[in-house]
Amino acid sequence: MIVLSGLLAGLLFGLGLSIGGMTDPTRVIGFLDVTGTWDPTLGFVLGGAVVTSFVGYRRVWRRGAPLFAERFQLPSRRDLDARLIGGAALFGIGWALSGYCPGPALASLSAAGWPLITFLAAMIAGWWLARRWSARH
Amino acid sequence: MELVSALKGLIGGGLIGLAAVLLMGLLGRIAGISGIVSGALFERGSDRGWRLAFIAGLIAAPVLLAMTGLEWGNVVAEPGRLIGASAYGPGVMLISGLLVGLGTGIGSGCTSGHGVCGLARLSPRSIAATLTFVIVAMLTVYLRHVIGE
Repeated sequence: MIVLSGLLAGLLFGLGLSIGGMTDPTRVIGFLDVTGTWDPTLGFVLGGAVVTSFVGYRRVWRRGAPLFAERFQLPSRRDLDARLIGGAALFGIGWALSGYCPGPALASLSAAGWPLITFLAAMIAGWWLARRWSARH
Repeated sequence: MELVSALKGLIGGGLIGLAAVLLMGLLGRIAGISGIVSGALFERGSDRGWRLAFIAGLIAAPVLLAMTGLEWGNVVAEPGRLIGASAYGPGVMLISGLLVGLGTGIGSGCTSGHGVCGLARLSPRSIAATLTFVIVAMLTVYLRHVIGE
């Protein structure tokens, strides 16, 4: 059931990304291009997702525990640090250069050409480097 | 035309939210793609199974949707298609992918973990991270205009 839950959530997530147009990097860059011809679509996707999960999370948390696990695993830190902001800034630059963030890049794999495959390989290398770096600092 | 794209955006966003709620309600976990995928690749342990299944679902979803024949995609160049093409060559994609991996690895989250789940939890860290990457990304696109690509 645990594996099936993961599969179902992944399917819904992938459907949402592709129906919302987030598997098109042109839509994403269009949203970031505030001084050009601005494309608000990403705003609708993010808004729809945040409102749905805001309401849904609270309903689910009221039950006390998840269905197939012992407890909810939520990040507990609330402080801001240089690592969080610096990482987010690096991510922002990378995201803007191609119009891909991790979810849409993976959900586009079935139609991937060499540019996207290069992106995915470099992203995985980046995660590996970040883990090595974090283990030392 | 713009109305259709906004509507599809809202529906897509709703489905993404539903996926996040489902993962929380069933497994008690945050639906952060960078954490799920890098975890599946670099961590051993009991979480690997559901993480790999999530990735399989994520990749299979547009393929299955395309098989239904419904034109539900939202690609700018070809409305109805589900997956758009990359506008850049491997050089830009290499730098972009590396920064996305490093940045989400160091900043512990991407558009889904911080942007969707974190905002829904009203986490101060996620609100700060989301504001940072959206503003930096907008600035990057703007600078590209100034430089002229």
